[in-house]
Amino acid sequence: MKLSNIVENLSLEVKTGENNLQNDVTGAYISDLLSDVMANGKEGNVWITLQTHLNIVAVSGLKNLAGIIIVNNRPVQEDVLQKAESEKVTIMSTPLPAFEIAGKLYQLLNG
Amino acid sequence: MDETTEGSFQIIGGNFGNAGEASMQLKSKLTELGVNEAIIRRAAIATFEAEMNVIIYAAAGRLHYYINRDKITIKIDDMGPGIENIELAMQEGYSTAPDWVREMGWGAGMGLPNMKKNSDEFRIDSVVGEGTTIEIVINLS
Amino acid sequence: MTLREIAEILEADVVAGSDDLDVTIKNACSADMMSAVLYYHTPDSLLITGLTQPHVIRTAEIAGIKSIVFVLDKKPGADTIELARQKKIPILCTRFCMYTASGKLYEAGLPGCLFK
Ligand SMILES: Nc1ncnc2c1ncn2[C@@H]1O[C@H](COP(=O)(O)OP(=O)(O)O)[C@@H](O)[C@H]1O
Ligand SMILES: [Mg+2]
Repeated sequence: MKLSNIVENLSLEVKTGENNLQNDVTGAYISDLLSDVMANGKEGNVWITLQTHLNIVAVSGLKNLAGIIIVNNRPVQEDVLQKAESEKVTIMSTPLPAFEIAGKLYQLLNG
Repeated sequence: MDETTEGSFQIIGGNFGNAGEASMQLKSKLTELGVNEAIIRRAAIATFEAEMNVIIYAAAGRLHYYINRDKITIKIDDMGPGIENIELAMQEGYSTAPDWVREMGWGAGMGLPNMKKNSDEFRIDSVVGEGTTIEIVINLS
Repeated sequence: MTLREIAEILEADVVAGSDDLDVTIKNACSADMMSAVLYYHTPDSLLITGLTQPHVIRTAEIAGIKSIVFVLDKKPGADTIELARQKKIPILCTRFCMYTASGKLYEAGLPGCLFK
């Protein structure tokens, strides 16, 4: 499934990386720990997290993730957004908590 | 509860093994005194975040509580680096926690906002190079 | 949903509190950030997490979390299990990742914790 379908179906707000929405999504991973995503995230995964530290951009880039969904409408600092934009990393945002957005995505990808 | 009940705990910086122990003991004390459960939860959450900050950022600190008929007052003071810009520290998402702390599930930059959210009165005072003092008041009536 | 049903859906091992599987869970919260658990929790929630240290049990106890699921086959240490028993917080271990565990429970009708 394309990232753009997910954005539309889950009503995500796209904050950076508008140009990558045609990317294919292979699945998803939830974690707030950078080392965990480095170890277990897979290429093309959407990463669902509360973590807004600057290093999420590098992790997403290194693992070739399809994008990052920040949950609970957590504020993302300007420097993080700028880095994401320049590294072509897609950051999206939702008011829903991780459990619910994961549930909806799971149904969308497996339903 | 006509008289004031009070007590204190020492908190040792860097001691993750015991993290939350002081807050759990305060929680037991409040349960013993028959305080309403929702109020206990607010007090425990605010105290836990303050305790964690001492463990993460300071060398040592002390938690002191006073409970009377009207309110719970919790004071946490530490010997730590202090906070240079309190307004910035209070912003949700702002954190200077080191990587190893983030890998333990802390450092989301929500601790101070969490303390404020759960207290009726919240005061923070800090001197760089000396330490930080937090005062949390939760009304009982 | 009861903890027993949750354990079945997640094909989980119960490592603490196997006598308490009839408790009802109203909603779930998936997180590794403990401040988020303290901030967004609603009492009687299930916590789904990848961290297994004792401070996770203390966070659950303070937030009023009913039970915890450890994901990705992580085995908690004896200190964590002992504390969970003491605090009467049942612990389940599943081989699924946090995403799959959340997806399966949501599909079975468990809602997420609401904002508070
Ligand atoms: N007791 C303290 N001593 C020194 N600095 C502190 C203390 N408490 C908080 N801070 C500073 O304020 C920031 C925000 O604190 P907090 O809201 O608890 O979030 P977090 O602990 O997740 O970073 C911390 O990252 C740290 O820089
Ligand atoms: Mg903190």
